[in-house]
Amino acid sequence: MESRMVAKLSLPVSERDHMQGSPAASVTLVEYGDFECPHCGAAHLIVKKIQKMVGDQLRFVFRHFPLTQMHPHAERAAEAAEAAGAQGRFWQMHDLLFENQQTLSDRHLLLFAEALDLDTERFARELAEGVHQPRVREDFMSGVRSGVNGTPTFFINSIRHDGAFDLDPLLYAIERAVE
Amino acid sequence: MSVENTRNQKHPASALAAGTPAPKFTLPSTPDQKVSLEDFRGRPVILAFYPADWSPVCGDQMALYNEILPEFKRHNAELLGISVDGAWCHSAYRQHRNLHFSLLADFEPKGEVARQYGVYREGEGVSQRALFVLDGDGLVSWSYVSPIAVNPGADGILTALENLSAKGAQNGK
Repeated sequence: MESRMVAKLSLPVSERDHMQGSPAASVTLVEYGDFECPHCGAAHLIVKKIQKMVGDQLRFVFRHFPLTQMHPHAERAAEAAEAAGAQGRFWQMHDLLFENQQTLSDRHLLLFAEALDLDTERFARELAEGVHQPRVREDFMSGVRSGVNGTPTFFINSIRHDGAFDLDPLLYAIERAVE
Repeated sequence: MSVENTRNQKHPASALAAGTPAPKFTLPSTPDQKVSLEDFRGRPVILAFYPADWSPVCGDQMALYNEILPEFKRHNAELLGISVDGAWCHSAYRQHRNLHFSLLADFEPKGEVARQYGVYREGEGVSQRALFVLDGDGLVSWSYVSPIAVNPGADGILTALENLSAKGAQNGK
């Protein structure tokens, strides 16, 4: 029997990723998340708090892990974030989606695009054509190969964080990584 | 499997390791249907033992496998979830979580299949959170027991399936 599996990020953080914070930060926090997952909604607020508290020492990366069989809107929401990203507004859409988890139908996604002043025609076309599907799939599979085992799953400096994702345990793990 | 031929059998103390022949079994997948391991001869089989339906960690683990099912299918592999829950419980759980693979009821005699694979937890009366990948000949090609509270994810399974596919290609299968 194999005795242990080390859960490490299989796809290193790079230019392909959506990042917040300084590239020179000593800690990189990667989240694999699903916009329709209530636990991810809760984690979203916690990450925001942690970003404020830790400041420049922290770089945050978000990757998609839509559980489509459980969450019917998760895939489209992920693609919507990418479509907004294609117009330079990934994080704004990311925040809007998490703040409006109960309303993620296509109609709502379009309203969010309008609210963010996006080229809505392009946005709608990219969603309809599934332009960003491969990217979401790539994120998802990189998560699978990294040992993502539910949403949200966090990696701190490439090692899976197996503790709780409440404020205290996550902050503690990040502060230890800073040291 | 009959009670007579299993009662006196010695059970392995730990999870069956690679190279061990996988014990055969027939278990209910629904209240009126049964599944035999033999049905899948010639294809890889993934056995995912888990402690119980409805517990939050399991939900994540089975939901994850549900999501990754197309990847397993690419290797022509069959996924079977196994716990000591009864067939009616599995049916409700499967329906609730929209699961597209079989959940087998290791219910009577309770945990007998888990015991044969060396992954039964006596004190709690449930199986370990254990994974086995079997090859087409019914041999264990990889196994892993996760800490009971930790969802093992799917990476180990996919690596094991890839190794099997590579071996098959080498042998010209």
